[in-house]
This record gives sequence, structure tokens and C-alpha cells, in this order.
Amino acid sequence: MSTTLNSKIAKQFCLKCLAILCFLIGLSIWSFVYLGLNPFRFFSNYSESSIAPFFARFFPPDLSSTFLLKIGSGILETLSISAIATLLASIISLGLALPNAGKFGPYGKSITRFLCNFLRSVPELVWATIMVLAVGLGPFAGTLALTLHTAGVLGRLFGETLENYPEKNTIALVNIGSGKVAAFIYGTLPGIFPQLLSYSLYRWEMNIRMATILGFVGAGGLGQMLFYELSLLREPKALSIIIAMLFLVILIDALSNKLRLTQRHSMG
Amino acid sequence: MGYKVQNVSFNQANGTTTLRNISLSIETGECIAIIGPSGSGKTTLLNVLSTALKPATGSIEYNGNNPWLIPKSALKKIRAAIGTVHQSPPIPSQQRVITAILAGRLGQWSLLKSVISLIYPLDLLGPHACLQRLQLEDRLFERCDRLSGGQLQRVGVARVLYQAPQLLLADEPVSAMDPVLSDVVIGQLIEETTSRDATLIASLHAVDIALRWFPRIVGIKNGEIAFDLPSTEVNETMLKELYASEMGNLPMQAAIAA
Amino acid sequence: MSGNSYISDPARNHRLGFIVVALVVLWPMLELAQFKPWLLLRPENIEVLGNFLIQFFPPNIDIDFLKIVLHATIETLAIATAGTTLAILIAVPLGLIISHSLSISRIGPGSNYLLSKFIRLVARFLMLFLRGIPEIVWALLLVRVFGLGPTAGVLAIGITYGGMLSKVYSEILESANTLPARALLVSGSGRLTAFLYGLLPGTAQELASYTVYRWECAIRASVVAGFVGAGGLGQLMDQSMKMLNGGEASTILVVFFILVLLADYVSLLIRKQLG
Repeated sequence: MSTTLNSKIAKQFCLKCLAILCFLIGLSIWSFVYLGLNPFRFFSNYSESSIAPFFARFFPPDLSSTFLLKIGSGILETLSISAIATLLASIISLGLALPNAGKFGPYGKSITRFLCNFLRSVPELVWATIMVLAVGLGPFAGTLALTLHTAGVLGRLFGETLENYPEKNTIALVNIGSGKVAAFIYGTLPGIFPQLLSYSLYRWEMNIRMATILGFVGAGGLGQMLFYELSLLREPKALSIIIAMLFLVILIDALSNKLRLTQRHSMG
Repeated sequence: MGYKVQNVSFNQANGTTTLRNISLSIETGECIAIIGPSGSGKTTLLNVLSTALKPATGSIEYNGNNPWLIPKSALKKIRAAIGTVHQSPPIPSQQRVITAILAGRLGQWSLLKSVISLIYPLDLLGPHACLQRLQLEDRLFERCDRLSGGQLQRVGVARVLYQAPQLLLADEPVSAMDPVLSDVVIGQLIEETTSRDATLIASLHAVDIALRWFPRIVGIKNGEIAFDLPSTEVNETMLKELYASEMGNLPMQAAIAA
Repeated sequence: MSGNSYISDPARNHRLGFIVVALVVLWPMLELAQFKPWLLLRPENIEVLGNFLIQFFPPNIDIDFLKIVLHATIETLAIATAGTTLAILIAVPLGLIISHSLSISRIGPGSNYLLSKFIRLVARFLMLFLRGIPEIVWALLLVRVFGLGPTAGVLAIGITYGGMLSKVYSEILESANTLPARALLVSGSGRLTAFLYGLLPGTAQELASYTVYRWECAIRASVVAGFVGAGGLGQLMDQSMKMLNGGEASTILVVFFILVLLADYVSLLIRKQLG
């Protein structure tokens, strides 16, 4: 009796998994069909005739010292854009976290949730295009765009972290007459700070990559340089910039790994 | 001058009644010990006295004022003059001892001073002196998650000492300490209270500590007051009846040679 | 209580130093980013932005335009799905190669020790290369090769996300409980079977969860890729913005918003099912 029962349950469970798997595979195949792409033809149709000479034009990369200096300042600009945007967004998100976690009632929560969803659903590139219209070309537009988008992302993450943190420390301080703000920074903030910092650092890492991209709409940094060189068909210079981007990512990767190993943040 | 509890009842969220019709009259300057078996309602009573919990029925009065009927700003002032030593101190684990103690005066400090003290503690001597009285001054800058249970409890006591409130409430403040240390801590709490003519109400699990230090004992059982007597009039029969649910074993700290 | 004469906070110098360094670094960064918030308040900027934003209301709900938007949305979803599929196909072998837990050569030195170390190094480098270059750069380059249209977008997403997925897959696999897999390896199982029987069951949910999250991101990435001509909503949005057609742009923005919320919801459902 029990063996048939078990195999029935086992079959049901597998069936559900199998069904989901089939559905997902079907969806993937459909997407290729809909787009009219045959992945096996990627290389036969457009093979050596066009790909190879195209990529050959990029070598050798331009390593002249004047250009390297330009790249250097581009890197610094990209880092600045991402750093300031992440910093601003973190501060804003700290403020957003409170209503997001329901500290200001259900209305505050819905409004803030909506705001954060709106901010983060608009891609950074779109924000950048709008910001370029608002403040002109250059890194300021990029900074603003990243700040807005990141505030949406971090606002939601900070809110979730805050919601999951027990309130008893803060309540104890309110009960000895503390104001709500002071109770929060002494009772809750030290507890959630490591997690918030972790999210912010991760977001900064992503924003560095984003800051390079935003340059494509004129928002400064390495992206703007790359777009410029590519549009002038100066491929060797473009390759230098791409290598610099790679280098930046590798560096940030290594640094953030190191930082993750030495997480000893405390406040107070 | 004093504190009055009149016909107070309290129900938990799940419906169980933890306090039934409690009435107490407390004069300023008294030191009272509340004893009783686990689950008798000692913590709930202290929480009602600290205005952390609002009674379901009845009222409490501080010097003639009902804290639940006054504006929020006045309640804040009253709360700044009530200090609670929690059995399990409500301190974030990564916080340093110095900041945990400074938090005691948040009810008296401006927001600016509070924020600055978080990064650069503005008063180091005060907390140091409080810890010294509890023999813990060498841990002033330690992180709280590096402390043992008894040390953390002493930090909670130090916070209340630093706050210097008019009403000190202590919920099993020495449960994690050895007998020698318990004596030091209770002694400090009583000295603090008597030197400033404040009031101390402490719930204790160890009956011998209560009898030794406190002139007035209140016994609670099943959310009701079993007896409210000077300590000299408390005899063994009453105690055995109080702790009947714990098989008549009276919880004690180990006896100390005088 | 003043005069902290003989007691000093040991963290004081550390914190002061940190604040000083932060300020010293912050100032030039504000310069470099040309952070001038007062520009936002300049009348001419407000006017241009205002005019543009006013056009956002009302959004363009012309039936013909909505049909175009619908097609573009489906195209975006298809690009995202196809790109993610490609990424999975790349990431699975790459992640397995990189993952230490399955290293046969780690159990004991064999003649292939140096070779496998080398292969792993190459795989690591490949992974960094794939994800280090932003997808838009890939998209831009691939548009030059394959022309405008979704091909470039799918490939760009597949390549970059393949790199990202492989890194996270290898991290998940490495931090998982490796005892079952190692036990299988020691008793002679091949690397693939050790993975399927020893490692996959425990990590399946986390792997799937991250993949679904990446699919959600792929939707946004395919919009971005569209800006350089890789089709979908992004290309449509680019055209609308270039013509300063606020009505069309706002319609597309609303569609973004809905799309992201939907993707959020769907991915939550799928993750719950897998749990």
C-alpha cells in the first residue's frame, strides 16, 4: 500500500517539475522562432567574411601617452559619477526605508513602494536621456540619472531589511523618553547598518558599469568617450577604452571580494 | 508623592490574562522586590509600570497624573524619568558598550547631541564611572556581542545608572550573574535609589536576594498579588505556597558567608 | 560631565581619519562629476524640461501606436528570453569548469593537474572578459556586424549574462555543501554525474532563483540594447525621444513600468514553485 502511495506522490511532484521545465524550454524555443533567429546560422551566414575583418580593425589598441591620460581622466570621471550617485541614493533610501517598512502607516508604505517601483523600473539609460534634457550633456546628467534609479532599488532593499529587523531595541529607547529619530539611530541603525552597507557597495559596483553605459547618451565617463571614438570609426582608440573598462571591472571585483572578507562594520 | 496602581488587568494578544486586578500603592523612596514563579506576571507588571504596556482595565498614576491621559510631550518627560533594567538588554549586538550606556540619556539630550555622540562620544567619564561601580570599567569600548551574558546585563544596569531616573524598574537584573556579582549589582541599584530618594521596584527570581536587600516584598502568583508585606513578616509557609507550582522549591542564589 | 581628561575613545583617531579621507576624496569627485544641483533650478533648463515633461501627459494611446508598442514589447520579451537561454547554455559548462568543488585534480595530483589548472584559468579569464564589457558595448559592436535588429541584442545579452551567470553559478556551487559530490568523486564517478547527483539537488533552488532574477534583468538590458538599434521597446523609445515626442515616450514608460511589475510577479511565482 505505502509503496504505491509514495510512487504516486513522487510521480506528481516530478510531473510538476517536468511541466515547468517543458514550459520554460518551449518558451525559449518560441522566443528564437519569433525573432526569426536560427542560432546555428549565427556563424555560417555571417562567418569569416564579415566578423574577422571587422574585429581585426581594432588591433593594435592605441596606447599613446596622451590618449592614456585621457582614458585615466575618463576612469576617474566614471568612478566619481558612480560614487556620488550611490552615496546620494543611499542617503535618500535611508529616508525612504522608514515609510517603506510601514513606519508611517499603510498609506506611506503604498506611496513609497509605488515611488520606488517607478524609479527603478525606468532603465538608467532612459533617466539619463531625460536628465540630459534637464541639465545638458555631461557627467552631471549621468549622476542624477543613476541617483534616481539607484534610490528606487536601494529604497526597496533598505525597506525590506528594516522590516525584518526586530523593534525591541528602539521601543526600549522610546520608553525612556527618547525621540523617535534618536531611538532609531541608536536602536535599529547599528543592527541594520552592515546589511545596508553591503547593498550599497554592491550597487556601487553595478553603477560603475552603468556609468560607462550612460555615456552613450552623453552623460559623461568612459561610455561617452567610447561612443565618440566608435562613431568616428577610430577603432584602435575604442579598443583601448574597452580594455580600460575591463580593467576597471576586474579591479572593482577584486576590491569588493577583499572588502567582503573583512566585514567588521560597527556604528557607535 | 508616589505611584499608584489601581485595579489593573492586562491581556496578552493571544487572549491569556497575565495580570488580574492588581492594586499597589508605592511611596517615593521605597525599594520593593516582586517575587513569584515563572509566568506569574512579574515582567508584565513592570512593563505596565514603565508605560511600555497599557493596562486593559484600571489605571496607573504617577504623582497624581495618569500617563495615558496626558499629551505625548508630557509622557515623554515622564518616561525620561523611568529607567528599566531588562532581563535581556535591548542593545544592538554590534554596538559598543559606551554608546549603549550613553543611550540612557537620549530622553534628555537634543537630537544633535545624540547624533554627534554616536560617532564621537561626548561624555566618557560618566559611563566609565557607572561601569566602575559594577566592576566592568575595562570593557568600556568593547563591542556588546563580545561580552558574556552577565557582562551584558551589567551594561544594561549601567545604562539605567547613567540615566539617573526617578523610578528604577529592574526585571530579573542579576539572572545571569554569580552570587558575588549579584550582590554588588543589587547593592549598587539600592545605593543609587536611596542616594537620590528615587524609587526601586525589582522583580527577582532568587528569594534570598529579595529577603536580604529589600524592605518590602510583593508576591505574585497567576497574575494576582498573593501578599504585600514588609520582608520581616514574610515566612516560609507563604513562600512555599507562592512557589507551589515549582514543587515548593524556593529558588535561591547560593548562600554567602557574611 | 565634561573634561574627558584621562579616558579617550580608542576609535576616535580611526574615525577622524576616516572622515578626513572621505572629505578629501569627496571634493574632487564632486568636481569631476560636475555636481551642480543648482543647475536644476536654472529657468531655461526648467523650461526645456518642463516643455518636454508636459508632453508626457497625456500618453499617446492611439490604436496604431499601441499596436506598434505591443509588437515591440513582445519583441523585447523574446529578446530577453532568447538571450537568457543563450546565457544559460554558455554559463553551465563555464561555471562547471570554474567550480572548484568538482575538481578531480584537487583530490590528488594527477598528470593533468597543470593542464586543468590552466584550463580553469582560461575559463576564469573568459568569464571576466564576457561580463566585464557592458552589454551595450557588445550590442553596439554586434550591430555593426549583424546589422540593426534583434540578433545583436540576443547575442549581446547572451554573452554578457553568460559571463555573469557563470560567475554566480560557480559561487553558488562552491559555497554549497560539497561532501556528497566529493564522496561520489572519490568513489569513481565522473564530474558530470557527481554534479547531477551530488551538487544539483541542494543548489537547484538557488541556481534557478538567480537565473529567473537575471531573466528579469535581461528585459531591462534588452531595452537598453534597443537604444543602439537592437530592436524592441528600446529602439522605439530611442526614436520617440529623438523626435521629442513626449506622448509616445510616456506611453512606453508606462509599458516599462507594467512590464517590470509583471516580470517581478512572474519571477516571484516561478521561484515559489521551485521552492
